[in-house]
Amino acid sequence: MPVIEVRDLVKKFGSRTVLNGVTFSVEKGETVVIMGGSGCGKSTVLRHIIGSMKPTSGSIKLFGEEITTMPDRQLEKLRLRFGMNFQFGALLQSLTVGENVALPLLENSRVSPEIVDLIVKMKLELVGLTGFENLKPSEISGGMRKRVGLARAVALDPELLFSDEPTSGLDPIMTAVIDELTLDLTRKLHMTAIIVTHDMVSAFRIANKMIVLGAGKRAGTIIAEGTPDDIRHHPDPEVQQFINGRPDGPVPLKLSPEDYINKLLGHERQKGVDY
Amino acid sequence: MTAAIRTFLSLNGQIFYWLILGPFRGQPVRISAVFQQMVRMGVQAFPMAALTSLSIGLTLAMQGAQELARMGATAFVPDLVAVTILRELGPLLVGVVVIGRSGSAVTAELGTMKVGEEIEALEVMSINPVRFLVVPRFLAMLVMLPVLTVFGNYIGMLGGWIICHFALDMNTTAFIRRLMEAGHPIDLYSGVIKSFVFAWLIITISCQSGLGVSGGAEGVGRATTSSVVTSIFAMLVANALLTALFFFS
Repeated sequence: MPVIEVRDLVKKFGSRTVLNGVTFSVEKGETVVIMGGSGCGKSTVLRHIIGSMKPTSGSIKLFGEEITTMPDRQLEKLRLRFGMNFQFGALLQSLTVGENVALPLLENSRVSPEIVDLIVKMKLELVGLTGFENLKPSEISGGMRKRVGLARAVALDPELLFSDEPTSGLDPIMTAVIDELTLDLTRKLHMTAIIVTHDMVSAFRIANKMIVLGAGKRAGTIIAEGTPDDIRHHPDPEVQQFINGRPDGPVPLKLSPEDYINKLLGHERQKGVDY
Repeated sequence: MTAAIRTFLSLNGQIFYWLILGPFRGQPVRISAVFQQMVRMGVQAFPMAALTSLSIGLTLAMQGAQELARMGATAFVPDLVAVTILRELGPLLVGVVVIGRSGSAVTAELGTMKVGEEIEALEVMSINPVRFLVVPRFLAMLVMLPVLTVFGNYIGMLGGWIICHFALDMNTTAFIRRLMEAGHPIDLYSGVIKSFVFAWLIITISCQSGLGVSGGAEGVGRATTSSVVTSIFAMLVANALLTALFFFS
């Protein structure tokens, strides 16, 4: 049975459709990377899976349980089984780095303070931040905040790890360290991970399954899905443009003169009228 | 408007749920957080509450002395000061001070946390934001506003004494005796009951405004303004209703 099962997920903000029938499933121990251009709905997919957004229609099952209609109390219990690493860390500014990592332990488990202290040190060591326990989030850099966010996400050794752009804004060495850490967690501890990223190097390093969301006319739908090798050799030109980082292709660099005028006017140009 | 009232009632329901049932679910309110908030909302507001109350005591006594002198009744200045401060101005002005100091701060703080995804992060970590953030502030406010009000009452009467003693040559014993005769326990109690109601209104409105923020820094600013305006309005309405209930029925 898949750990995560997303079926026909549709999300509309007013008249704008952000997700248009997204369907995929994740098996235990898999590391799934969701890719796609900026604003294509990657983070929105993640937000639906963690239950902080409700879909317009569609179904999401975690561990076989439907979460879109689940009461809050039950969802709270389910959330103990997963960790979420937010794009900008989302650390509590009023607490120190150490207190942030300790928070899920103190609030959701009955561990003695000494043990908590030890676990906090271990988790910070994992992300290379030993000795920063007593600093406030505002006193460390954005990249460090992200790593603290990851340490906090894995504090309770969750079965599921969600990570929203874990490596953007990090230097190449730190990116490799975080990738290595993700691999360790998934391969050795059999954690299941969903990672949203547009860092191609990192994506191909950690994924054993990839999902590409489309842009333009195919926005909000999955245009390719498969192993890293499948994606690398995928026939779809948009996928190729994306993974190879080409400025021009199916996602156009420049609009054609006709499209440009239509876009400026906000409607189709009338035939025979000169502007 | 109806949506706002529904959220308000739901927030109140959640606060009482966590206050009463939280301990049985093994998720009690953190006492340390309550004390931390009590220091921020109460202890640190003492100087400002004292200054406001003192100035009101002084000006009330001066105005009263001026008017009462025409009827040769300056002996009644302590009565005027005691009744006005205990019943009305004490709770109301300390309430305004606390709205300006703490109500706005709570809205801005919670609003910034909302904008910075901190509230969402708490939810995802199965930490209920109402239990974790709102209930400690609620308890702290419910304890500290009445305390500040009683304290402010004394300082206000001290202001009255300063005028009576130094400008009207009334001796201290006479001043205190008049205070005791004019002020009845109901005056003090009604003021304290009012301050409880004000505390409840101020903190729930501030928290609701903070948790409802959307739209970045501008949203935080807008929510803070609306929280202060709504709190003051709600407090004035409640004050009028409670005065009618205690003294006019």
